[in-house]
Amino acid sequence: MSELFTSMPFLAGLLMHAFVPLTIILVYALVAIWAERKVAGFIQDRLGPMRVGGWHGWAQSIADLLKLIQKEDIIPTDASRFWFKFAPFMMFAASYAAFAVIPFSSAYIGSMIDIGVFYLLAVTSVLTLSVIMGGWASNNKWSMLGGMRSAAQMISYEVPTIATVLTVVMVAGSLNLMTITELQSGNDTLGFLPNWLIFQNPFLITAFIMFFISILAESHRVPFDLPESESELVAGYQTEYSGMRWAMFMLAEYADMLLLSLLGAVLFFGGWNSPFGEFMSGPAWGFFWFMLKGLTLVFVMMWIRWTLPRYRVDQLMHICWHILIPLSFVNLVLAALWEMIF
Amino acid sequence: MMELVKNGVDNHEMVINMGPQHPSTHGVLRLELVLDGELIKQVRPNIGYLHRCFEKHAEVLQDYAKVIPYTDRMDYVSAINQEHGYVIAIERLLELEVPERVEYARVIMAELQRIASHLLGIGAFGLDLGAFSPFLYLFTEREKVLDIFEKNTGARLLYNYFAVAGLMRPLRDDFKGDVAAFVKSFRPKIKELDDLLSYNSIFVKRTANIGVLPAQVAINYGASGPVLRGSGVAWDLRKNDPYSIYDRFDFDIPIGRGEMGTLGDCWDRYIIRVREMEQSLLIIEQALEGMPDEGDVMASIPKRIRPKDGELYVRTESPRGELGYFISSDKTAAPFRIKARAPSFVHLSMLPAISKGALIADMVAIVGSIDIVLGEVDR
Repeated sequence: MSELFTSMPFLAGLLMHAFVPLTIILVYALVAIWAERKVAGFIQDRLGPMRVGGWHGWAQSIADLLKLIQKEDIIPTDASRFWFKFAPFMMFAASYAAFAVIPFSSAYIGSMIDIGVFYLLAVTSVLTLSVIMGGWASNNKWSMLGGMRSAAQMISYEVPTIATVLTVVMVAGSLNLMTITELQSGNDTLGFLPNWLIFQNPFLITAFIMFFISILAESHRVPFDLPESESELVAGYQTEYSGMRWAMFMLAEYADMLLLSLLGAVLFFGGWNSPFGEFMSGPAWGFFWFMLKGLTLVFVMMWIRWTLPRYRVDQLMHICWHILIPLSFVNLVLAALWEMIF
Repeated sequence: MMELVKNGVDNHEMVINMGPQHPSTHGVLRLELVLDGELIKQVRPNIGYLHRCFEKHAEVLQDYAKVIPYTDRMDYVSAINQEHGYVIAIERLLELEVPERVEYARVIMAELQRIASHLLGIGAFGLDLGAFSPFLYLFTEREKVLDIFEKNTGARLLYNYFAVAGLMRPLRDDFKGDVAAFVKSFRPKIKELDDLLSYNSIFVKRTANIGVLPAQVAINYGASGPVLRGSGVAWDLRKNDPYSIYDRFDFDIPIGRGEMGTLGDCWDRYIIRVREMEQSLLIIEQALEGMPDEGDVMASIPKRIRPKDGELYVRTESPRGELGYFISSDKTAAPFRIKARAPSFVHLSMLPAISKGALIADMVAIVGSIDIVLGEVDR
């Protein structure tokens, strides 16, 4: 074992698998925060950031990051210092770790494990813990309310997420995300459609809709952004955070958004497979298509955010327990029947 | 509380301060909430963070006309309506004749201001419920109104434009054209607002059946304006106690009908404001037709205002409700007392009565739906 850890190829592999997703996340976060503001601007008849960097304010996120790094690190006097400091890093670590099993292209996956889906869902549930940790450790009533809300929300919405993911896993017959992607290559559904899972079974379309609603709630996006709803809870669990610690929360949140969108792209939209069959395929194009699919879902999330009001906490729970969970299980059974018959 | 401590778990209620720096208390309102989880057991509004001694200022200024800028600063969202009430009070006190053109100009401006105020009110209400974009769309429209005001009065928020028996400065030549263009461009926007926000299912879920104010309770508390009409009482001072030239115009009083839930809920109060904007447009159109093109904007008034001994109460319909001025005068140039009856203050006092058993999120909706301006509450 010790030989394994000291061998050069192993270390190189370790570093590579640590840095590739990190680079993707960091670059994505900078672009996504800028894009979110641009999308918001265009939806609201204004321009969004225009100054920093010249062309359409492209350097705005970088400037913001520099500002956040310089900010004073404030810890409330009566906060539990250790947990207060620990929570943002734990949150980022959880969403970062989950990227290990995402097949970015046919040539690159961080860790090729057979229980990839299971691992991803398990690791992301740590997010809940860090949110509640941050909220509680802040020793602020608003933060605590935000943390509690978030715990309730994320635990509830994990159930329909898992049920819909299970539908896909059942149809694909694998928990390995790479295998699930490879299954979807080719272009002969109904003669012209790509072999993506969403086109394979009508109940996977409904499963996708439910999956998308659930990931909106899991990543705290409008209309389910209750943990940090600024007009009710000030800033929820983030109220007492500032500077880099707050930036870590934001980073984790955007990373989580991308993670769940990419998961959706793998499970329903063929992952790194090109929509044109052999045309424009290969590892590099695969990465392009995969990110394009994921970022499209991220864009839809932003679009929804700047259009809809938000639900109330009890309505949120009602949607989850009374509508989504029964429907997703019924959907699971129907998808299974469809697979048996056809 | 202590008897609740069982098994070492202390599950007492939590007291939390909402405001004065909370993002959705519409200014510097502080609400003391007693919470059980997210359920509100008790709410106590604390006011006074924006108290600026309006009454004392009015007494020491030694001139009735000098009070006009101070009335602007009470309800800074609808400054014109505050001035309107005050100058009408002085004119009645002195029994002055106001030129026709001035009356029409005042009505047009008051209705424009009502639209601007409602745009802010319902925009901020949507913002409280998490709908960010409608707020900015409505602000774009409000901007157009403010542009008209800026062009004619020189100011965008606090105008100091109405004078005793006149206007501070003449209207611009293209005033009528500007207003007509605005009316034309604004009408389709109300339809857009209905599609985007008013009948949005999430919005309806958040506002229907929340903060129900029965008509009897509203009357007992002395509610007025959209809050009272939202409870189904057709009471509008422009119709029921006409002032200025409002008796010449043909318009309806929209009242709540409990369309989406219970009569007098937040949604009813919200939709009243939307419908009122339509009625204001009607009034503006009629006023534009009737407004004489020529004429003085200032009647001849005594150089020094010295009313005779007496007391007088004048009430007008501000966008928030019944705005009343009680003026007590002796023979000097200084008013003995000027008391303003602020609708926001009255409405805020109803808050504990209509928010029992609500959640924090509902509290935000209720505060937004009664559309208070803290400058007016504290004066």
